[in-house]
Amino acid sequence: MNNTFIALLRRDFLMVLRNKSEWLQPLFFLVVVVSLFPLGLGPGPTLLSRIAPGVVWIAALLASVLSLDHLFRSDYEDGSLEQLMLGNQSLSLLVLAKLLAHWLTTGLPIIALSPLLAVWLNLPMEAFPTLVKSLVLGTPVLTLVGGIGAALTVGLRGGGQLLALLVFPLLVPVLIFATMGVSAVAGGMEATAQLGLMFAYLIMALTLAPFACAAALRISIS
Amino acid sequence: MVTGANGCGKTTLIRIIAGLLDASSGALHLPETAIAYVGHYLGLKDTMTVRENLQFYARFTSGGRDRDIDADLERMQIRAHADQPARSLSAGQRKRCALARLLFQPDALWLLDEPYANLDAEGLSLVDGLLREHQQQGGMAVVVSHNRMVPDDLETKTLRVEAWSDVL
Repeated sequence: MNNTFIALLRRDFLMVLRNKSEWLQPLFFLVVVVSLFPLGLGPGPTLLSRIAPGVVWIAALLASVLSLDHLFRSDYEDGSLEQLMLGNQSLSLLVLAKLLAHWLTTGLPIIALSPLLAVWLNLPMEAFPTLVKSLVLGTPVLTLVGGIGAALTVGLRGGGQLLALLVFPLLVPVLIFATMGVSAVAGGMEATAQLGLMFAYLIMALTLAPFACAAALRISIS
Repeated sequence: MVTGANGCGKTTLIRIIAGLLDASSGALHLPETAIAYVGHYLGLKDTMTVRENLQFYARFTSGGRDRDIDADLERMQIRAHADQPARSLSAGQRKRCALARLLFQPDALWLLDEPYANLDAEGLSLVDGLLREHQQQGGMAVVVSHNRMVPDDLETKTLRVEAWSDVL
């Protein structure tokens, strides 16, 4: 594996771990949002179990997008981004390292927490594996597609709101397929088609997003 | 050496040379070397220590992988602060830390935007020493400075930017 890729991945990972609020905040947000639903809608198990896939997924999507604003901002503000651009390495590869670090510190903890959230919302046991699978396929898409928005808005003041506006429409398909898939399994059906489509979206995002992010960063910095 | 009044476009010029900005007209011919750039924003991570910051750039630049970071810190006279987070350093110490990156790239074209700013007398002579060594090794540097010139013993060409129109 490329040395600069690993160096950047390590640096970003280390920085997020040091700045605890950066990785704990989205998780805290996720837990709070999910736990508010039973309080607001009443603890009826049937209703909760029906809305569980949607609630977990919407909370995961919001938590992920919430943390995206930091993705390139500190690098932009302290001049690190310029240094990354001047290196001999392809900027897309470096962006991919940053996106991977973001997913490891945001997406992965969300996946790890999801079974607990599903228990809270009384999701049928048989749908747990599908929920986790949908998050494994979907959270990288949130990071990858969200990264494009983060790269485009990095130079703007108050870019966070614009970022959300930019990326939500692109993330809607993920939300729809994921919640449809989990609900299908909870209702005793298969979710192969939905997960297949999510996989396709992931591949597309993985192939295109690093290039789009790199191009957007070049625009933002000039 | 590029000099000129505040706001005349020195930084714009050096950023165009670095490839961070597109020139609206004209052509840029650069030697086929890597570029080392120290600008106004130093590229240091506040939460990381001085040593970690430099280790990252050492891994990041191909020339710096096997470097003895402590020796480089010693040379820049910030060895004593090696394990402090970068945010606890003074502006001059941060500058020294950023300038230490140049040691990883002796073969590169150095682009230095106000390298003398914030430095004390020792720091100033450190920069002079780096430039002298770089030139002796056949290297080239573009130094932007509005108040201090590079030492006389260096072979220097000076561009005085009078107004934006000189750059544009």
